[in-house]
Amino acid sequence: MSELLNSTEINIINSNGFEGILNEKLKSEALTILETIQFPTTRTEAWKYTRLGKISNKKFNVQKGDISNISKFQISKEATTLVFVNGFLDSSLCSSEIPNGIEFKSITNSTIEFGKNLKLENEIFHSLNTAYATDGVYIHIKANAILDKPLQIIHLLTGEHCIANLRNVIICEKNAQAEVIQGFFTENAEESFTNVVTEIIVEENSHLILNKIQYEDESCYQVSTEQVDQHKNSTFTINTITLNGALVRNNLNIEVNGENCTTNLNGAYLLKGNQHVDNHTLVDHKVAHCESHELYKGVVNDKATAVFNGKVFVRKDAQKINAFQSNANVLLSDDSTVNSKPELEIYADDVKCSHGSTTGQLDEEAVFYLRARGLSEKSARKLMISAFINDVIEKIQNEEVKLFVIQLLQERFDWEK
Amino acid sequence: MGYTENELAKDLENQEYKYGFVTNLESEQVPKGLSEETIRIISAKKEEPEWLLEYRLNAYKIWLEMTEPNWAHVHYEKPDFQDIIYYSAVKQKKYESWDDVEPEMKATMEKLGISMDEQKVLTGTNVAVDFVMDSVSVATSFKAKLSELGIIFCSFSEAVKEHPELVKKYMGTVVPVTDNFYAALNSAVFTDGSFCYIPKGVRCPMELSTYFRINEQGTGQFERTLVVADQGSYVSYLEGCTAPMRDENQLHAAVVELVALDDAEVKYSTVQNWYPGDKDGKGGIFNFVTKRGICERNAKISWTQVETGSAVTWKYPSCILKGDNSVGEFYSVAVTNHHQQADTGTKMIHLGKNTKSTIISKGVSAGKSNNSYRGLVQIHKNATNARNFSQCDSLLMTDECGAHTFPYIECKNSTAKIEHEATTSKIGEDQIFYCQQRGISSEKAISLIVNGYCKEVLNQLPMEFAVEAQKLLAISLEGSVG
Repeated sequence: MSELLNSTEINIINSNGFEGILNEKLKSEALTILETIQFPTTRTEAWKYTRLGKISNKKFNVQKGDISNISKFQISKEATTLVFVNGFLDSSLCSSEIPNGIEFKSITNSTIEFGKNLKLENEIFHSLNTAYATDGVYIHIKANAILDKPLQIIHLLTGEHCIANLRNVIICEKNAQAEVIQGFFTENAEESFTNVVTEIIVEENSHLILNKIQYEDESCYQVSTEQVDQHKNSTFTINTITLNGALVRNNLNIEVNGENCTTNLNGAYLLKGNQHVDNHTLVDHKVAHCESHELYKGVVNDKATAVFNGKVFVRKDAQKINAFQSNANVLLSDDSTVNSKPELEIYADDVKCSHGSTTGQLDEEAVFYLRARGLSEKSARKLMISAFINDVIEKIQNEEVKLFVIQLLQERFDWEK
Repeated sequence: MGYTENELAKDLENQEYKYGFVTNLESEQVPKGLSEETIRIISAKKEEPEWLLEYRLNAYKIWLEMTEPNWAHVHYEKPDFQDIIYYSAVKQKKYESWDDVEPEMKATMEKLGISMDEQKVLTGTNVAVDFVMDSVSVATSFKAKLSELGIIFCSFSEAVKEHPELVKKYMGTVVPVTDNFYAALNSAVFTDGSFCYIPKGVRCPMELSTYFRINEQGTGQFERTLVVADQGSYVSYLEGCTAPMRDENQLHAAVVELVALDDAEVKYSTVQNWYPGDKDGKGGIFNFVTKRGICERNAKISWTQVETGSAVTWKYPSCILKGDNSVGEFYSVAVTNHHQQADTGTKMIHLGKNTKSTIISKGVSAGKSNNSYRGLVQIHKNATNARNFSQCDSLLMTDECGAHTFPYIECKNSTAKIEHEATTSKIGEDQIFYCQQRGISSEKAISLIVNGYCKEVLNQLPMEFAVEAQKLLAISLEGSVG
């Protein structure tokens, strides 16, 4: 196996003897692909605005880490929690009791079929993940189970030049309801890299909410892919909050394969420094009578860059689709950049689809209005930014998560409490 | 607008592509194929100066290095560049006056609805026309009247001979040879086109117009248009095009360059009606055009286009807003039916301060066609207070067609305001029902609704063109009730 590892063209990973956990067939398929492909450049349409030099020039180590106190990373105190450090489950930090009606454990040794809908060809990060995944979470919510507490997964990264390749699977069976919280944090990490792939199946009549909070160190990188397969009458909601990280790329691929589905995608990104955050979303409406709502809002300061690429695909015969997409950006500094590309590709006629994208700045008159009423300029601007971003934060139904996000915002942008 | 329902009904009876005839005139051609030799022959035939030949050969060398782009949302069989006749001209004596023009040629123009007769024109409409058939310009009207004002309006080859300093100064400044595959090809083999120069402070009293006609089989049309509006001047320019019905795909790869110097305004309108191919998607013109304008300080460029023809359309009339306070506008209606494909839109490059741009794009897809809007709004770092508004609507007529929107919005300045919105929907059944209830047939109801939907754009067209465009819309959508 190690011979094979060394022969790969893309040799950014030093696996330190840890072997990938996925089955041999998949792994070797991924490794074969890795031998033939290169890192995408800005000439590749999907990476037009994101340069990967920071990642492709480095060599990352797979190594276990040690973190003793996770209290400050606990988004939800009541949730059932699993903790992964550097891509390995740390059972000493996990909740001891798992509620009835679900499986919530490490993915190692599970016999499920991976990567059914995941494209490996030309998707270097999917291939890297498939070849080198060290662990991940397996969530299986049985039919008719309705969870009263959310499930929480905390991914921690520690150390220098480390890589965590995580492979998660979430299966929500018929009539089930669940909420999953995913948090990405770092402690004493430098230039480390998280590459996570989450495969999600939302079966008939089930409801799944995924809250994702990305708050890794300013020097760390993350590429995160969600591959979602939605069956009929189901609802899937994902809230992505990105507040830190040197380079963050989110690939959200949602295939709507059943009728009467609702899909909600919300995202907020507040960037400063030299951050680069790239949100790519794809909602593929394959059948009729579905709805999707997408709202992404961002505030970009300093030399940061935000990229939004949202695509709505309506296949032939997928009639009566209502798909709405909106992206709004505020630029706060002259060195900040926003690249927005909302796309519609529609092959059915009886649909209502729209998208909107705006880029602008804070309204100086509104700032003046607030200052005339005794607010300092700084707090007037803060108020307006938080009001702008609140549209997205409000979409998070879980109060604990919402409070945690607000707390992070205060900490990161030192907004007064 | 003088266009009544009865006329519409009459037009609707004329289902066929109206301009699909061929004119039988003896023509002079160079053999098929592209090589340095071909370029030298074209250049020699046109008695071009050395610098232009150099320009062509340089472009050809660059073109050889390039590969045909394939990022557009269109599928077609790539043209075989060795199977195209690059030069085809009607054998003509030098026309001294209008009376010298062959009756066949006159008949052709009449059939196309172009009036060259200045006397007649004066009483009716007021448009100066340059008529380009296949590779060369056949006739230009109103030249004398325009030259009184110092306006130069002539064919491109004439401009090369008589105003080389102007051509040399501006040609290739907006669309450089290296710009793209088809622009490079055009720079190497272009045969004719129109040239127009409006001197300082002059407001051109009439619409200037070019009519492009492909006639011969197996030819490609590569023409170049250069419009230069000097400081404080104004010109409104129209462009129309048609081609005979053939089973083969003919290539039309043009380059249009607009230069609007300080305080100048250029309005460029196109009604594109190349032969779109038959119901099964056989034949039709490939329309791969590079159109771009550059705005200096306080200048304005406005593009209006009605795209109804061509098997494949691939063009993005763009504005480089270089000067402070300059304005760019883009109004477009693109209608596709049967197997037509269109990938069209605009680029607004904001470089100067306080620059403004407006994009209104209306797409109508019928039959099995695909219609894409692809646009770029780019705000550069120094474009303080730049403003853009974009609106792209798509209307779908059948369940087999497609409508797509690919906007690229890139902003590097924190004082810029950019808005983009797009919608895609079906033609309203309740609206059709409402019309039918009042005794309007569904066919006419659709034409009425589509015309209303496109009104924002059609209103931008000069009067005569607007009427023409409305008729075209109705004919293009003939039999498309989904």
